[in-house]
Amino acid sequence: MSPEQSSGPIRVLIAKPGLDGHDRGAKVVARALRDAGMEVIYAGLRQTPEEIVDSAIEEDVRLIGLSILSGAHMALFPRVLALLKQKRASRIRVFAGGIIPDEDAKRLKKMGVRAIFGPGASLDEIVATARRLAGPARS
Amino acid sequence: MSRRAPSTSPVARRILHGDRQALARLITQVENRDAAALPAVRALYPHSGRATIVGLTGPLGVGKSSLVNLLLGHLRRQGKSVGVVAVDPSSPFSGGSILGDRIRLERPPGDTDVFIRSMASRGHAGGVALATRETVRLLDAFGMDVILVETVGSGQSDVEIHDVASTSVVVVVPHLGDEVQSLKAGLFEIADVFCVNKADLPGADAAARYLAEMTQLGVRDGGWRPAVVQTSTVGPKGIEDLWASVARHEAFLDASGSRGQLDRRRLTDEILGLVRERVDARLALALARDPELQDFLDRVVAREIDPHSAADRLLSEIRRTA
Repeated sequence: MSPEQSSGPIRVLIAKPGLDGHDRGAKVVARALRDAGMEVIYAGLRQTPEEIVDSAIEEDVRLIGLSILSGAHMALFPRVLALLKQKRASRIRVFAGGIIPDEDAKRLKKMGVRAIFGPGASLDEIVATARRLAGPARS
Repeated sequence: MSRRAPSTSPVARRILHGDRQALARLITQVENRDAAALPAVRALYPHSGRATIVGLTGPLGVGKSSLVNLLLGHLRRQGKSVGVVAVDPSSPFSGGSILGDRIRLERPPGDTDVFIRSMASRGHAGGVALATRETVRLLDAFGMDVILVETVGSGQSDVEIHDVASTSVVVVVPHLGDEVQSLKAGLFEIADVFCVNKADLPGADAAARYLAEMTQLGVRDGGWRPAVVQTSTVGPKGIEDLWASVARHEAFLDASGSRGQLDRRRLTDEILGLVRERVDARLALALARDPELQDFLDRVVAREIDPHSAADRLLSEIRRTA
């Protein structure tokens, strides 16, 4: 093991909490992050906040990307944040995408969701934000 | 036992006390070949060597992930703790990867007797990642009874799982028929157990028969004849048979004394690999820093000295500085 290569690729968990079954957006984002050189753990549909946080911890990701279209974001996102805190894993940053009204987005950002993307967001923008949120490579 | 003495590495201590985050972060460091991992890796080594390590390999799309999921459930019902390492390929273009094997893995929420880790191959050929072996060992030290390793969808020569697992399961599906011939060398040689998955499809019996005939042709490693089982993930069917065959092979390893020999051979290979890695690093350093060696290199380029003599010279150089 060589000390000069201490930082690897950014690891991201992409998950869909809640019950809606539309994962096209999540897949497109996962693909874009992959093409940007990230290791994307794709957790798929209908994940509970508990499953998402447990997976994120096992996979030692720096970021969790949540995709939601069902409208249950105000119930599910705060729960993910609370569990991260409870499990002392708040270093893992959360961003989100989906159909989220501006009013809700504001509140979620206050609670600690780092970035929220609506249907019009460009993939370049999402990749750049993910890179920024992942921060400098940790040792 | 004295070899399980309290660890001097705080990270190792935390992992031995069940700290999943410490384990997860150590695996990341191992994947990144970060020297910071070494104290904990060293301290955990004496705690490894207890787990049953089962590799599942086979071509793309034969159902490896689904089988891992069913085995996971089967083993949990038996009260065994289970580690899973699922390897997927990295993009040769971006270096990125989609690790999608978790989708198929189900477990009760909060089950701490399971630890699942996805791993990108990061350009390593052979069906597993460079860090897979060390990660398996960490899960072993963490106390997992069984570790299931799922390789990338494999080609004929992706046989490295054989150096990681104590039992290698080669998964195929019906109507690989003609390909079976071509697969014979390589992948098919490492099978301790053949699993004909998707056995609900027509042709499964024929495929199993063909494999069984093939296993009659030669006997490997001290007398083990590979088992052939049929499984189906709809139903599901055959999972108990699959595990029973794995267990039979594990018992054979113990009874025949093969386990010790195998372990010794693998660890020898591993140590040689580590030595090579260190020598490489030192050579590169010597070559870059020593002006005399640069002159030497110039003379090789000028055809005054041949590469073999230059290699001898370089070797004696690093011996001198060792």
